[in-house]
Amino acid sequence: MDAIRRYFRSPAAVVGLVLLLVVIAMAITAGFLYPRDPLALAGRPLQWPFANPRFLLGTDNSGRDIAAQIFYGARISLLIGGVATLIAIVIGVLIGAFAGYYGGWIDNVLMRITEAFQTLPNFVLLLVLVAVFGSTLTTVTIAVGVVSWTAPARLTRAEFMSLRNREFVQAGRTLGMKDIQLILGEILPNALPPVIVYASVVMATAILLESALAFLRLSDPNVASWGNLIGLGRDVLRVQWYVSAIPGIAILLTVLAVSLVGQGLNDALNPRLKSR
Amino acid sequence: MSETGAILTIDNLSVRLPDGADRSHALQGVSLSIAANEILCVVGESGSGKSIMANAIMQLLPRDVEIDGGRVMFEGRDLASATTAEMRKVRGAGIAMIFQEPMTALNPLRNIGDQIGEMFSIHTDLSKAEIKARVLALLADVRIPDPAQAARAYPHELSGGQRQRAMIAMALALDPRLLIADEPTTALDVTTQAQILKLIRELQVRRKTAVLFITHDFGVVAEIADRVVVMQHGAVVEIGDVKDVLNNPQHAYTKQLIAAVPPLTAPAPRELSDDIILSIDNVSKTYRNGGFLGRGARVTHAVRDVSLKLPRGATLGIVGESGSGKSTLARCIVRLIDPDAGSIVLEGKDWAKLSREDVRRETRHIQMVFQDPYASLNPRRKAGDLVAQGPIVHGTPRGKAIADAKELFSMVGLDPSAIGRFPHEFSGGQRQRIGLARALALKPDVLVADEAVSALDVSVQAQVLKMLADLRERLGLSIVFITHDLRVAAQICDLVAVMKDGEVVEHGLAGEVFGNPQHAYTKALLASIPGGDFARGRKVEL
Amino acid sequence: MRILTLAGRRLAASIPTLFLILIGVFLLLQFAPGDTVDAMMAQMGGGDAATARELRKFYGLDLSVPVQLGNYLWRLIRLDLGFSSIYGKPVATVILERLPPTLLLMTASLSFAFFAGLVLGVIAARGVNRWPDTIISTLGLIFYATPSFWFGLMAIVVFSIYLQWLPAGGFEDIGAVRSGLARTWDIAQHLILPTLTLGLIFLAIYLRIMRASMLEVLNLDFVRTARAKGLDETRVVVRHVLRNALLPMVTLIGLQAGTMLGGSVVVESVFSLPGLGRLAYESVVQRDLNTLLGIVFVSALLVIVVNFFTDLLYARLDPRIQAEA
Repeated sequence: MDAIRRYFRSPAAVVGLVLLLVVIAMAITAGFLYPRDPLALAGRPLQWPFANPRFLLGTDNSGRDIAAQIFYGARISLLIGGVATLIAIVIGVLIGAFAGYYGGWIDNVLMRITEAFQTLPNFVLLLVLVAVFGSTLTTVTIAVGVVSWTAPARLTRAEFMSLRNREFVQAGRTLGMKDIQLILGEILPNALPPVIVYASVVMATAILLESALAFLRLSDPNVASWGNLIGLGRDVLRVQWYVSAIPGIAILLTVLAVSLVGQGLNDALNPRLKSR
Repeated sequence: MSETGAILTIDNLSVRLPDGADRSHALQGVSLSIAANEILCVVGESGSGKSIMANAIMQLLPRDVEIDGGRVMFEGRDLASATTAEMRKVRGAGIAMIFQEPMTALNPLRNIGDQIGEMFSIHTDLSKAEIKARVLALLADVRIPDPAQAARAYPHELSGGQRQRAMIAMALALDPRLLIADEPTTALDVTTQAQILKLIRELQVRRKTAVLFITHDFGVVAEIADRVVVMQHGAVVEIGDVKDVLNNPQHAYTKQLIAAVPPLTAPAPRELSDDIILSIDNVSKTYRNGGFLGRGARVTHAVRDVSLKLPRGATLGIVGESGSGKSTLARCIVRLIDPDAGSIVLEGKDWAKLSREDVRRETRHIQMVFQDPYASLNPRRKAGDLVAQGPIVHGTPRGKAIADAKELFSMVGLDPSAIGRFPHEFSGGQRQRIGLARALALKPDVLVADEAVSALDVSVQAQVLKMLADLRERLGLSIVFITHDLRVAAQICDLVAVMKDGEVVEHGLAGEVFGNPQHAYTKALLASIPGGDFARGRKVEL
Repeated sequence: MRILTLAGRRLAASIPTLFLILIGVFLLLQFAPGDTVDAMMAQMGGGDAATARELRKFYGLDLSVPVQLGNYLWRLIRLDLGFSSIYGKPVATVILERLPPTLLLMTASLSFAFFAGLVLGVIAARGVNRWPDTIISTLGLIFYATPSFWFGLMAIVVFSIYLQWLPAGGFEDIGAVRSGLARTWDIAQHLILPTLTLGLIFLAIYLRIMRASMLEVLNLDFVRTARAKGLDETRVVVRHVLRNALLPMVTLIGLQAGTMLGGSVVVESVFSLPGLGRLAYESVVQRDLNTLLGIVFVSALLVIVVNFFTDLLYARLDPRIQAEA
């Protein structure tokens, strides 16, 4: 397909894809390369990277292997990022589709709800959800998904509102198609591509949100997440700043990878002739 | 035309397109010249390169499109090789340009007076007060009602015709020697178009400006041109005085273009059946916009108490400008919009009163062909599937529906093996044929064609109309034909209804309405058709 | 005047949204394990069931949920946000004390992000696909991907610990008592790193939007008309393109207000600023649900007010808006 060819013509998109594959590889091989529990005591605390060949990236305040935590952390970030994004997209598309297609009072009600979620800062809502439901991996993932659906909803609604009046949809109506056939068969396949591309933005935000929560010690403390490690490293920032620095770079590269892939997808699926 | 009298001479100009375009060159070896005090019309269909040529003269070509040969001589200098700084002095002061879409060609955030005044502030040293006075004088010159208020207005506050007048005022501000007009009336209503053409002619005579007028409509050529240049695929195929070219065209393409302009004389009237298949009675549709707590709402009477009858096998034309309500009426007939009042009786059933469920079931009896060949087909479905969709929804098994689609393809003049292709692989005219096939798939009794040929090139238009007339005979179709173009209506309609502001102001047999119009608006509409005599009888007495 | 009525109408339409948020969060908080009284008792060092019952009756927490909700909303209209057991003060007082640092931080970050984003976006668009654009866009991408709290920590390491140019946290020097210009300068120094940290992500977003907006406007018809009049490129950009390209940026301010407020939670924690964001964090950790609800109210209110001013600004810039009224 030309879309795939167009994707690989952009160096930034290729870099992003490679980075993403590296992160995925880290997640997959974590159990193989570091078979022991990453949160278990592994050696003397606060060793510098490259000082001890056993601990390439050094150890943290509690003597745990930083490299192991980085590899296992990839799993957490990708998991939370992926699942939360899925939740956000599904909710968002459902709400946006019905609001955009039917208009009228359905649109009004759904938009009020969307506005409510948008007016309340999403991180504050996240805090409330964590306060109420606790900080396990499941609740955090669902909470991040729940605070992220408003943008996909707005996007889907805009697409549906513009497509609903397109002549080929009107033609479908004159042919006698039912509403649900029009929504699923005619409009949705044309509305989804921009939403799918936007999913990369949602995923990037989801990873950043979760790591911020973890930094504040409000996420699941029993998993090796990058945010947790940064929070831990804060106590030893003066001298052993690498404890915070290394996981931060990991987050940066992962979010960068996701963003580049998203941008590459966007440019590949919507080729604009001259300037981007 | 002697070289010395020429204001602008284009000498063997070639313009290259970027790799990946459908041709290597947009223009190849184009040569022409314009003298002072004449209107030169450049005629061609889409893809002929006429707009590119205009942009090339001004060096306003898009990125990646370049001049790669030839000269553009203006006031002794070759513009094709001029620097940007030199061009800037020429633009606006020496050569001015007006564009097709006046709404988008003006900055929506600044008022008209500001934008016209900018011409003076760029090229002259006049004071603010002087500029203001000149702007008002210009606006009066182009006959804008209330120039002072127009100067303070923003583009969206003026009508299409007024915006175009403002653009003309802006272009003529510094008395340029050459005015390039790139399809300036194409986006306007017929009556407005006639006024603007008259204005341009008048201004040209008064200021002795040379005008390069680009158009696709030979009627416009007959109306205002002194000389004509015909272009096809980036090359000039014929040049000459307008009388010679219109009455005695040499090149095959010119002959084809002229033949494609529908004349305004209706063909001999056909025998009409007594059986009324579709009866529209007192249909009304009103829109209410905005308003806070029920006050101050803007009420639009889109359709006002319209009554029309369509005999079986006949074609009823509904003609009007934008805002006349013809499209709203068309959509009420197929129940895409629900009318507020009135009845629409088809074969004994009152459409207007059917429930949504029943409408879906009965819709097979009345089908619609849409205007935009690019937006009316789902880009993600194959052409064959698009045509088969209707019957499948109504219960036909898929295999049979596809087989029928193939037959329909050949009936509308398309290759049946093309059913596996996607819409973007077809041309505009071919897509309209697919739309027609789709409408015919359900074997309807009535076909509503909503501006079905308006978005097509003139030569393609003629072909599609001919095909429609053939199908009408073969299938015994009754057609409601919506259009803004009287010439098209004259060709294919038996009965004509003229709409203005939601009401039918005149209706009757086509021959009578066109030959002997009663209502003032109908008369104005007929008088506005460009190249009146040329359109009427194809004999030019200029 | 029309602009004011238009924006006012949007403001009035936000009131039901505000109530929706409050009711929703209030009901949500009913599901929280433990309530204000539990938190209070934990503070007091324990107590028996009888004391708990007494306290609950005193604070009206033994009433049914709808009644509690009604009471809360009724008090809210009189701007009584309840009492914070943790701080021993009315919630409204606590919030008002913590509001100034957050407002200061947000204003500074927004200004920085908006203007820097504007300038960089214009430069990138003017040199599109050449090296200024590539550098600026790449930087923008990296800033966007950087976790703000991590950037804050690294900034502290570099500027406070190694270079010792700027303070590592806090709002002002507690020890020394300053006033007037000296105090302002001191606060400014303390706010430089937090402003940069909070503004970074938004700088990336504004940059990208300004660049995209400029590119889109540069392709519009009226720009071609401007060039056809003989305007030089700089004047085309300044007089015709900029104002049109600014419109999406202005809308964005309103849309991002909430996100910025959320971001301040983290930034204030990193830099130990006594602001609203950190108060939200503390309320969650200390289970001070009254204060949390109060913060939800004030946050939503802030976002609505910012959107009101954004609407005013947008209507001022775009004359087409008034026509649609």
